[in-house]
Amino acid sequence: MSHITSPVRTPLVTGGKTYADVTEDVSRQVEGRPTREWTIAFTISVIVLIYGAACVFWTWWEGLGVWGLNKTVGWAWDITNFVWWVGIGHAGTLISAILLLFRQKWRTAVNRAAEAMTIFAVICAASFILMHMGRPWLALWALPLPNTFGSLWVNFKSPLVWDVFAISTYFTVSLVFWYIGLVPDLATIRDRAKSKVSRYIYGAFSLGWNGSAKTWARYEYISLILAGLSTPLVLSVHTIVSFDFATSVIPGWHTTIFPPYFVAGAIFSGFAMVQNLMLIIRVVFKLEDYITFEHIESMNKVITLTGSIVGVAYLTEFFIAWYSGVEFESYAFINRATGPYWWAYWAMMTCNVISPQLFWSRAIRRSVVWTFVLSVVVNIGMWFERFVIIVTSLHRDYLPSSWAMFHPTLFDISDYIFSFGLFFTLFLLFSKFLPVVNMAEVKTVIKSSSETLPKSVSGVAKGERVTKPAFNKDAE
Amino acid sequence: MAESHGSASKFLVGIFDDDDVVLKAVKEVKDAGVRIHEVYSPFPIHGLDVALGHPRTRIGIAAFMFGLTGTLTALALTMYTEKLDWPMVVGGKDSYSFPVYIPIIFELTVLFCALGMVGTFIVSNGLGPTVKPLMFDLRTTDNKFAMAIDLGKNKLDEEKIGQILKASGAAEVNVKQF
Repeated sequence: MSHITSPVRTPLVTGGKTYADVTEDVSRQVEGRPTREWTIAFTISVIVLIYGAACVFWTWWEGLGVWGLNKTVGWAWDITNFVWWVGIGHAGTLISAILLLFRQKWRTAVNRAAEAMTIFAVICAASFILMHMGRPWLALWALPLPNTFGSLWVNFKSPLVWDVFAISTYFTVSLVFWYIGLVPDLATIRDRAKSKVSRYIYGAFSLGWNGSAKTWARYEYISLILAGLSTPLVLSVHTIVSFDFATSVIPGWHTTIFPPYFVAGAIFSGFAMVQNLMLIIRVVFKLEDYITFEHIESMNKVITLTGSIVGVAYLTEFFIAWYSGVEFESYAFINRATGPYWWAYWAMMTCNVISPQLFWSRAIRRSVVWTFVLSVVVNIGMWFERFVIIVTSLHRDYLPSSWAMFHPTLFDISDYIFSFGLFFTLFLLFSKFLPVVNMAEVKTVIKSSSETLPKSVSGVAKGERVTKPAFNKDAE
Repeated sequence: MAESHGSASKFLVGIFDDDDVVLKAVKEVKDAGVRIHEVYSPFPIHGLDVALGHPRTRIGIAAFMFGLTGTLTALALTMYTEKLDWPMVVGGKDSYSFPVYIPIIFELTVLFCALGMVGTFIVSNGLGPTVKPLMFDLRTTDNKFAMAIDLGKNKLDEEKIGQILKASGAAEVNVKQF
């Protein structure tokens, strides 16, 4: 890490930042009073959350009859929203774990916020699991607990039980990974704190961290192992979510392509959400020197790749439906594209397959406006993907006499709005009270990836290097 | 830190401005015959623990054992509930059908491994919500690097060690008493 910036490497930190600048730029918004924008955004989120919570409460009070479900379409927005949120929750771990293993240093500036987004997205996803149970107080029946029915255990052969294990493990491990990464930065805030209260609170959460060489060595070691554990974990989670569909015998669901196709789609939508959040954060918190166009472009490349994988998967599904010679399978897909839900299918195709291809243009990849708009479009498309898979496969089932359409009610919509209120409330609390950029990790890339290296990186003896860089063997 | 500081110890703290300088200084100070207590930095410095002569962490062994515990727990859980306690045939599969339990086995392995390893990390570093941090200099979580030298454990006198620190690139040398 002590090499001078290679001319072939694009800089990750611009503006000639020193270590002290990193601390200052990131800690500033934690220590200062909430800005007007933050207060307004937070107020709106809380109002939305309260409205949504009231509607969720009513859903539970009255029963799931308030949703637009019918005998034919027994899963609709609830599972669509669940899969959508879980998918979004994949980008954070991909950035923090897989990109760590691949030594992609640009992840250092975005991993903290992306991991936070992951955790909050999984919370939103879990809320739909509780909602669609109808009787959330019986949610513990999904766990293998001794009971008075025998004990009659959960069915470990069911993908729904695998899902319970996968999502709860994923949430726990992501939370732990995120928190361990936060500890050194919380210690930074603790040591800068002016007020007794914040010194106490950040002190308690920083666990008495003092940055000794021994602690750092262990920290690096466990980060690597956590990354190694999280990599198959993140792939397993959406694989198992796809099993919820793939192991059933519904035409349109019963396909072996689902696991890779779901994982690619999850990363695709997750990165789009990261883009939306980071583009706002970098401007509001003035972090343009840390979250640069380089970062935006890198993420857009991931979006293009995963979007193309998703596109190939859509076409493969169609081809296999025809090639299998199973008329029910073929009908399911023809019905998707040309049946009464054709608009959902083509919305999905346009948003997920066609529009991300615009990112082949470098100018669009590096444009804030294009990136923001296309990322929103991707997330709309990914919502429609899940809607298409779930509702369109169900609505024309085995007997034409029971064919039906799904019509969302006020409560379908409001319960979805609830999850936005929850997500943004949590994310805004995070962005105010915790450092949104991993300061310690960004400091490790300052020397190797700064655009212009200041004379002294630690920011004291400005104007002169502290010593001649005789230690730098590579440079000589 | 796990080390106890019951009796008052006097430390000489060299403050450095640069991570490469402190890494080089560790070797120089050690060569000059000074025993270094520990180095504190705002971010991990590669090779620093090796330069200081810290033994390689054995946390990986702990992680493996925790992971293995998770695997065995999952095997025992599925075996007991599905085969011994209440055998069930679902989907035409045998009441104990190993492949369908792979997701459960995998998830519990990862869960136990991650939680156990992080728990070990917290305990072995002596971290905890009520722990008062042993800070030699508050700036070491910002932009400074501190090399702490326990004067009680060194033969050389304070002045001589101070000179060695200065010579190896320390910007300031402070005395810290615990």
